[in-house]
Amino acid sequence: MATHEVTFPITDPAEIEKLRAGDEVLVQGHIIGIRDRTQIRIFDQGVEPPMDLAGAFLLHTAPNVRKLGPGRYEKICIGTTTSARMVRFTEGLGEQYGVRAICGKGGFPDEAIEPMQRLGMVYFAIVGGAAALETTQIEEIEEVAWEELMPECLWKFRVKDFGPLTVGIDAHGNSLYRDVQDRAKTKLEELYARFQ
Amino acid sequence: MSTTTVSLEDAVLEAAAHLYVWALKDIPQDLRDALAAARDRETSVTGIRVLETIHRNVEIADEQKNLVCQDTGIAVYYCRVGEDFPLHPAGIYRALRAGTEKATVEHPLRSNTVHTLTRENTGPNVGYRVPIVHWDFIPDWDGLDVKCVPKGSGSENMTFLKMLVPADGVNGIKRFVLESIVGAGGKPCPPGIVGIGIGGSADYAMHLAKEAIARPIGTRNPDPLVAQLEDELYDLLNETGIGPMGLGGDVTVLQCHIEHADTHMTLNPVAVNYQCWAARRASAHVGADGSVEFDREF
Repeated sequence: MATHEVTFPITDPAEIEKLRAGDEVLVQGHIIGIRDRTQIRIFDQGVEPPMDLAGAFLLHTAPNVRKLGPGRYEKICIGTTTSARMVRFTEGLGEQYGVRAICGKGGFPDEAIEPMQRLGMVYFAIVGGAAALETTQIEEIEEVAWEELMPECLWKFRVKDFGPLTVGIDAHGNSLYRDVQDRAKTKLEELYARFQ
Repeated sequence: MSTTTVSLEDAVLEAAAHLYVWALKDIPQDLRDALAAARDRETSVTGIRVLETIHRNVEIADEQKNLVCQDTGIAVYYCRVGEDFPLHPAGIYRALRAGTEKATVEHPLRSNTVHTLTRENTGPNVGYRVPIVHWDFIPDWDGLDVKCVPKGSGSENMTFLKMLVPADGVNGIKRFVLESIVGAGGKPCPPGIVGIGIGGSADYAMHLAKEAIARPIGTRNPDPLVAQLEDELYDLLNETGIGPMGLGGDVTVLQCHIEHADTHMTLNPVAVNYQCWAARRASAHVGADGSVEFDREF
C-alpha cells in the first residue's frame, strides 16, 4: 500500500488513476463541502451549483461555524458525515460536473463502484468523528454558497495536509468495503455454525 | 467541580448547559482506556491508521478544547429523580431544554434539530419533543442525577429491531446482532459500543438498547446469564473482521452492553442501537439545595 499526496482540484486524470484501494493519501489545495440537502437541491430540484466542481474533491460535511459578516465564516469544528446516504448522486457529480473525488466516512455501497470506474473517480475514507484534527487541517473557509441551507451549504475550504485518508474505492473497480463485506459474510456462516 | 446556585431550576439549567459541552469536548476515561487497548491489539494497516488518527484527534480536542466530533448530536438526557427532589419533572424538563439551548447559542454549537417532514431547522438543538429525556424515579431520596448523551446520527441511523419468535431462542438473538453489525459496516464509526435491548415490548426493547449504549464502557449486566451473553457477543462481533471505520481489521466493537426486561411468553424482541467510538457521556448530581457535582459515574 503506497502513500500519496494529491492537490485538488486536479486537471490530470493520472492523479486519480495512480491511486489504489488501501493506499494512504494526504490532500492539499481546495476542497468543497457538500451534504444531503445541497445535493437534493442540485439533482432533485435542478438548481445549478454556483461553484465550479470540475476536478474537485468533495467532502461530506456540515460544519460548526461562527458568522463573521456577510458570507464570511470562521471554523469552529469541521468533521465528516456518513456517505452512504448520498451514494445516488455519484454518477451525476462525475458525469455532469466533473467531480473526481468524494470523501466521507463509512464508505459507499457497491453501486458506486461501476460509475467511479467508468468516470475515473475515487472514494476517500476519512476517520469519522475525528473532527478536532480535521479542523486543524482546514486553513480557511474561502467561500460559502446557499447559506439558507445552513449548515448544509456549499463550502469551499483551503486545506493543508488533509488526512490521512484511505482510498476506499479506486477508479479500477476495487472497493475495500466490498472486500470486507464478502469476507465478513463468509465468516458469519462459520460463526453461526458454532452455536447453531 | 461543585457549584451552588439560588434557584433549583437554574441549577439544573446550568448543569445541562455544562454537561452538553463537556460531553462533546472531553471523552470519559473509561472510553479513552478502551480506545488505547483497541490500538494496542489492532494488527491491520488501515485499522492502525484509523486508531492512531482517533488518538491524535482526542489529543487535539483536549489541547484546543475543541469538540471531539462535529456532530453535536441530538441531546438525550437520562434523569434519576428522587421522590423528594423539590423540583417537579416538568420543571426539570424545562431546565434541560433551556440548558441545551443556552449551550448551543453561547458556544456556539451546530444546531441539528429539524422538523421531521419539512426538514427546516427548528433552532438551537431544541424542537418539538427535543431534547429527549428518559426518566427513572427513586424512592426515599431528595436528589437528581442527570446524564447527558449527545447522540450522533451516523450511529443512530444504524439501529435495528427484530421481533423474533420464542422458538428463535438465544441463537436467534445472536444471529440478529451479528448480521446487524456486519450490515452496518463502517457507517456507525466503529469501533464503538453495541447496545442491545432484549425482552419487554418493541418500544421498550429499543429503549433498553439505548440505555445500554449509555452505560460506562465495559460495565456488565448484574444478571450473570445476561453478562455471559455480553461477553460472548463481544467476542463474536470482534471476529467479523469489519474493523475500524469498516476498512477491515481485528477491532470491530469496543464493547457489547445488554439491558433486558421480562417479556410476554409469545414475544422475543431484540433491539440493537450503536454508539460510535466517540461515545460521549457526562453526568451531574444535583442536590435538593441546588448544589451540583459533575462526574462520569453512571
